[in-house]
Amino acid sequence: MIIELTDTSSREVATALTNAKRTTGASGLVLTLIIATPAENFDAALEAAKTSATAHPSRVIVVTYSDEASSRLDATIEVGEDMPGDLIGLKLHGELRYHGDSICLPLLLPDSPTIVWWPTEAPDRLVDSPIGRLADRRITDAAGCHDPQGALLRRARNHTPGDTDLTWTRLTRWRALLAAALDQTGAPVTGGHVVSAPDNAPATLLAAWLSDRLQVQVERADGEHPGVNEVRLFTDEGDITLRRVAEGTALYQVPHQPQRTVALRRRPLTDLLTEELQRVDADEVFEAVTRRLVADAEGN
Amino acid sequence: MNTYVNPLRDPLDRRLPRIAGPCVLVIFGVTGDLSRKKLMPAVYDLANRGLLPPGFGLVGFARRDWADQDFAKVVHDAVKENARTPFREEVWQQLLEGIRFVPGRFDDDESFERLRRTIQDLDTERGTGGNHAFYLSIPPSGFEPVMTQLRRHGLTERTEGNWNRVVIEKPFGHDLASARELNDVVSVLFDPHEVFRIDHYLGKETVQNMLALRFANQMFEPIWNNHYVSHVEITMAEDFGIGGRAGYFDGIGIARDVIQNHLLQLLALTAMEEPTSFEAGQLRAEKKKVLAAARVPDRYDLHTARGQYAAGWQGGRPVIGYLEEDGVAHDSRTETFAAMRVDVDNRRWAGVPFFLRSAKRMPRRVTEVALAFKRAPHLPFTATDTAELGTNALVMRIQPDEGVTLRFGAKVPGTQMEIREVSMDFGYGGSFTESSPEAYERLILDVLLGDPPLFPQHEEVELSWRILDPVIEYWAGLEEQPEQYDSGTWGPASAHDMLARDGFSWRRP
Repeated sequence: MIIELTDTSSREVATALTNAKRTTGASGLVLTLIIATPAENFDAALEAAKTSATAHPSRVIVVTYSDEASSRLDATIEVGEDMPGDLIGLKLHGELRYHGDSICLPLLLPDSPTIVWWPTEAPDRLVDSPIGRLADRRITDAAGCHDPQGALLRRARNHTPGDTDLTWTRLTRWRALLAAALDQTGAPVTGGHVVSAPDNAPATLLAAWLSDRLQVQVERADGEHPGVNEVRLFTDEGDITLRRVAEGTALYQVPHQPQRTVALRRRPLTDLLTEELQRVDADEVFEAVTRRLVADAEGN
Repeated sequence: MNTYVNPLRDPLDRRLPRIAGPCVLVIFGVTGDLSRKKLMPAVYDLANRGLLPPGFGLVGFARRDWADQDFAKVVHDAVKENARTPFREEVWQQLLEGIRFVPGRFDDDESFERLRRTIQDLDTERGTGGNHAFYLSIPPSGFEPVMTQLRRHGLTERTEGNWNRVVIEKPFGHDLASARELNDVVSVLFDPHEVFRIDHYLGKETVQNMLALRFANQMFEPIWNNHYVSHVEITMAEDFGIGGRAGYFDGIGIARDVIQNHLLQLLALTAMEEPTSFEAGQLRAEKKKVLAAARVPDRYDLHTARGQYAAGWQGGRPVIGYLEEDGVAHDSRTETFAAMRVDVDNRRWAGVPFFLRSAKRMPRRVTEVALAFKRAPHLPFTATDTAELGTNALVMRIQPDEGVTLRFGAKVPGTQMEIREVSMDFGYGGSFTESSPEAYERLILDVLLGDPPLFPQHEEVELSWRILDPVIEYWAGLEEQPEQYDSGTWGPASAHDMLARDGFSWRRP
């Protein structure tokens, strides 16, 4: 069921939603996910939201802005059939764009956590932005910005507990394998080396994490493939190597053990979101890495 | 080495999964149904979730003339058909490198010599470092020969830094004596913490869900006792008959098959006191205390019921009765429906009967624990107002659609004062993003990680038999056939009478 409302208010949206739900009977929603995105990205964001709504029974609110002079709110509401949650699309025109919080606040699920996701450019201080203020957890994606490296550093500089970036989520599998490798080796790491596509933001973050945890210098080098290509950690007993050789496959080498192939794919957006929505508490390890990132940047 | 702290790990870093160290999983009875439908898909799903170690070996052992690639094909097909996560070629390739097959028989030395060599090769080729898990997906009669062979061929040798573990499935014996024998066989080679008993109906996930509901919340515990609870019903119903499993089922019966393990475990989890921590040992201590306090009241004629399904219509299809099933004797007295009252003699539960029932050919498949509450001591309404008010109940649905239901009275809208029973529902599937991992996935992961299992250890198995043995003996001594009940109904009249005697009636699950 799709309901379209033009020049409307939060109250009308809420009423329409209640009526729609009485007929479809969706319940058990556990969180509100607000997606804040520019108008030209509206359809793409709506699509992503629908995909994620099938995986997460949540109330999804997509907020877009337009620069029109007069201030007006347009809304679409979608509930039922193929979705376990509600989907609300809000278009904020004119001055209203600075008051997104006043529109969203009445529409949040009672008590449950609120998460805001900026798939592309995001405000500098997330927690001070009108919509960011509503959230328990704020998700950004440096890779969706024009200048990923710059965006990552901006995120790091302005980090507040509860902020995360999908750049970090993309690294989980790499980090898990590297941690497993150290479980097996147990030898102190004396240095490291990360090869990636030039200017790759996740690689910057991975190197920062490694040097922060291991307290060693981690070098960066440019590789020929997209994303992170290879991580090498030096120990007195030999190198630990994790190298992506094809899409989805990597070679894994630990001292004194035979080389092995492991599955290591680039994860689709839905996977990343699922991981993010699994925990709604602050990520302290990410926080430590962002501090390191800022320290490194200031040192240079 | 033991004191090594991995600098990349941090308790605060909850994104990082624990990945097991390199190891080999050896499956005996790998050609069986269970192995194809559950085990192999679970192994793949673990790999797909990135939880299997780089360097993992899977060895199948069975009486087939297969080469490695034939076995790999079987695993491949099983995974494609039954895995819960999408099939991805690169994950499969990672698994494939470590798949081996050893053709052989349990009584053949040569076979086990081959097995030893295969495992040894894997240890060097794949770096699995002498860590081996043996999964016995075979009938209990095979345990002893396999154990003997494992020992004779030095397959469970311990050196510093390696481990050996064994997984066995129910039935854990068919009475107290046989359960002990079985345990003796296994404990010759393996210490208690190395033995993993799987109860796939009651996965770790379910156990932990129940613990979280009871002990993470403040609002349930105050009413979780005989002041408020009138009785508890634990039901496990299957909507099919014995299928082709007469050989396994006939002579055993549903009480031994299901009540001894699943239902008594559910009872223990429902009735136990709060453990001081969720460490496996503490949890077991509490379960043991409850099982030791539980017993079926002495008048078995009044407080137990048994039945056999007769021909009938189930869900719109005609089905045959138990005695007409292939491989079942015409005068078989094996029960397909069993119900009994269990009393828990402690301060919390004295006076609250626990009614256990388990059966085949029921109207639908369901497993649940229902706490029924007493009526409010005074109802400030007229009797007609509350005519439709049933019993307040808290139902823990185990399967299908795992979740919690609360039943309570609400006023029917209108000028008349009329109160009727309504439901408030919570479903895990509806409220959480990730589907619960399958019981086998959790178990295999526990085995590989060496996590102490939440599955029962031998003492609990013994205590359960102690509760059940006298009832089964009593039934065996009866002259008459178990009461026939129509397929597709909620059981024989005697089961309903049994509750009526105590002033209750079964809820319809």
